[in-house]
Amino acid sequence: MAEHSTASSNEYQANLETFYYDNGIVKLFAMATVVWGIAAFLYGVYVAFAIFMPQLNFGSEFLTFGRIRPIHTNAAIFAFVGNGIFMGVYYSLQRLCKTRMFSDMLGKLHFWGWQLIIASAAITFHAGITTGKEYAELEWPIDILIAIVWIIFGLNMFMTILKRRERHLYVAIWFYIASWVTITVLHVVNSMELPYTWLHSYSVYAGVQDALVQWWYGHNAVAFFLTTPYLGLMYYFLPKAANRPVYSYKLSIIHFWSLLFIYIWAGPHHLLYTSLPDWAQSLGTVFSIMLIAPSWGGMLNGLLTLRGAWDKVREDPILKFMVVAVTAYGMATLEGPMLAVKSINALSHYTDWTIAHVHVGVLGWNGFLTFGVLYWLIPKLWNTKLYSKKLANAHFWIGTLGILTYVIPMYIAGVTQGLMWKQFTPEGVLQYPNFLETVTQILPMYMIRATGGTIYLVGACLMVYNLVKTAKQGSFVKNEKDQATPFPFQYIKETGERQHRWLERKPMAMLFVATIVIAIGGAVEIIPMILIKSNVPTIASVKPYTPLELYGRDMYIREGCYTCHSQMVRPFRSETERYREYSKVGEFVYDHPFQWGSKRTGPDLHREGGKYNNSWHYWHMNNPRDISPGSIMPAFPWLLTKEMDIQSVSAKIAAMMTLGVPYPVGYDKVAPQDLKTQAKLIATQLVAEGVTDVKESAEIIALIAYLQRLGTDIKAK
Amino acid sequence: MTVMLILIVISFTLAISFLAAFLWAVKNNQYEDTFTPSLRILMDNDKNNEENNDLRINQVN
Repeated sequence: MAEHSTASSNEYQANLETFYYDNGIVKLFAMATVVWGIAAFLYGVYVAFAIFMPQLNFGSEFLTFGRIRPIHTNAAIFAFVGNGIFMGVYYSLQRLCKTRMFSDMLGKLHFWGWQLIIASAAITFHAGITTGKEYAELEWPIDILIAIVWIIFGLNMFMTILKRRERHLYVAIWFYIASWVTITVLHVVNSMELPYTWLHSYSVYAGVQDALVQWWYGHNAVAFFLTTPYLGLMYYFLPKAANRPVYSYKLSIIHFWSLLFIYIWAGPHHLLYTSLPDWAQSLGTVFSIMLIAPSWGGMLNGLLTLRGAWDKVREDPILKFMVVAVTAYGMATLEGPMLAVKSINALSHYTDWTIAHVHVGVLGWNGFLTFGVLYWLIPKLWNTKLYSKKLANAHFWIGTLGILTYVIPMYIAGVTQGLMWKQFTPEGVLQYPNFLETVTQILPMYMIRATGGTIYLVGACLMVYNLVKTAKQGSFVKNEKDQATPFPFQYIKETGERQHRWLERKPMAMLFVATIVIAIGGAVEIIPMILIKSNVPTIASVKPYTPLELYGRDMYIREGCYTCHSQMVRPFRSETERYREYSKVGEFVYDHPFQWGSKRTGPDLHREGGKYNNSWHYWHMNNPRDISPGSIMPAFPWLLTKEMDIQSVSAKIAAMMTLGVPYPVGYDKVAPQDLKTQAKLIATQLVAEGVTDVKESAEIIALIAYLQRLGTDIKAK
Repeated sequence: MTVMLILIVISFTLAISFLAAFLWAVKNNQYEDTFTPSLRILMDNDKNNEENNDLRINQVN
């Protein structure tokens, strides 16, 4: 730039290139952000009510909590925030690089591919087709589709960066690049699964290894999907909205690189006090604490950008949204490291405290930043003014009220229940031995939370109205003109220059695609091979699941039981008193995938086996309230009549054998017969316990078999 | 716990690639000037609105 400013005006004119930004793709992603945002909030409100009103599943398996909750979480993360990221990247990257996106076609493929993924997610989750790994629940064909669409996005982004007319890569671009690279690696490594039908698969990892990979992914999905891309957006849209440069550009660079190097190591903090080796837990904690510095670097940089401009914030709803977003980011990133401290985690883990924490992040940071960007962007794209500033201000206050009404009761619920779980009487026995007591205590908090979510949704609906009105009063600028001098190192200025540049770029594109494909291929080959060898059972009495138990386990995954029940008894006296022997790492070696869970809306189930008799489970699944009055667990009456799909059993066992589970050679052939024999036995026991109309081939038999097996391998004889 | 080894190797590889990117950025003089980039992003504001009004009618590709 400096050379050009000294050049004569003629030379300058000669160098100037005219080009057009593609606003069409930004518009598509913006509309998707709004639509999926409302969908994600709606599902959220639905699960918030369903959690204390189990009858809200209307007797349908498709609407039961365990299946809806993953739709809500995936919609919020990948549909709402995902489209929000793409909207922001496609808008800002073009302007920061002073060029149109590399390819309109790739952009369209990216857009429609991503929407197809979201639609398939909604359908498969309702249908109970899930891998059972939180935030990575999509089954293998969709996982492959995600990889393809993600690579298309990456290709489009990197080629745009290569053909830029601006030498300097603004810090936001670095955030986008880091997000893309890391998400690629995380998705590929965590999605290693062995298909056994067109829609089902088993994780190649088992037990503690699966848990570690999953939370390495889970934590970094938060880091590199909900955080770094949004920090990139903050560094572009906050200065733009305030029309002033970021407080310290130097700080933004330092904070970017330090965040990048620290984030990837913090995953194990999701597994504190579990069977994960202790040193790995401590590593997670140390890196989590270190994260405070770069996180707060970002927050302070965002807030201080508005120094001396707070009068603007008072007037402008866009800046208000952004200020609260950045503040929520700061709060969540201070709270996160605190929750990663073992003594705090001992209380907070498995409670609603975690739910409060993530909602400060998603409703506050992601939600409010997205709203701010939308209010700024839509008038720009439609070349008009915002339809109603008043309505936007109303949305701001309603949204803020919604967040507070959501998180405050969740903090109260989390701490209350956590303390009740740990409370002993002076005589040394649990004060609340009945888990249900600790649930009914916090039901009022659940009701207030549902109200808070509804308020937030109402605010978002105001935004939809406001944005639609804004678009209607303006007219859309599909291609926006801009001019810039070309990148200094493109010295060829003759005619046909465009072709040369294209030829230069082509090998780069090839190299890029080749590297990714080789990396994926290599990982697919190598990782399972190494892992299968290492899955040697460490406890001799731990045996593989019988075909019937395995069938029941797949039902447990299908119905999303893990969304409310953990299978991990931590080594605390309060837990060994309540659930008996704490969980050992060797007990999970055949668990593909692991089902440790992250939330106890109901009690832990790792030692469920043998706790009650078969008929208890039978009637409890039929209607939990017949057995425990006041329970908030949904009823699953259809399991009593639904036929088992015995066809798939051989394939399941064969897949497990491929993964190294030591069934005898050729066992997959006889497994269906074994399944029937065991089912008959359980059915006979049920009849003996007084249950009439027992169907030997009903799915409930398999679920009972699994629940009765849980945690019994090492029971003291 | 072989998976730990794998994750550590992958994480290190990522970290090293980030380090390489960082070194490239420094070598490429990306950080020579740590002030004007923050100003430059503000400069394209609304400057083409007039022309874009015409563009809407013609829909130039």
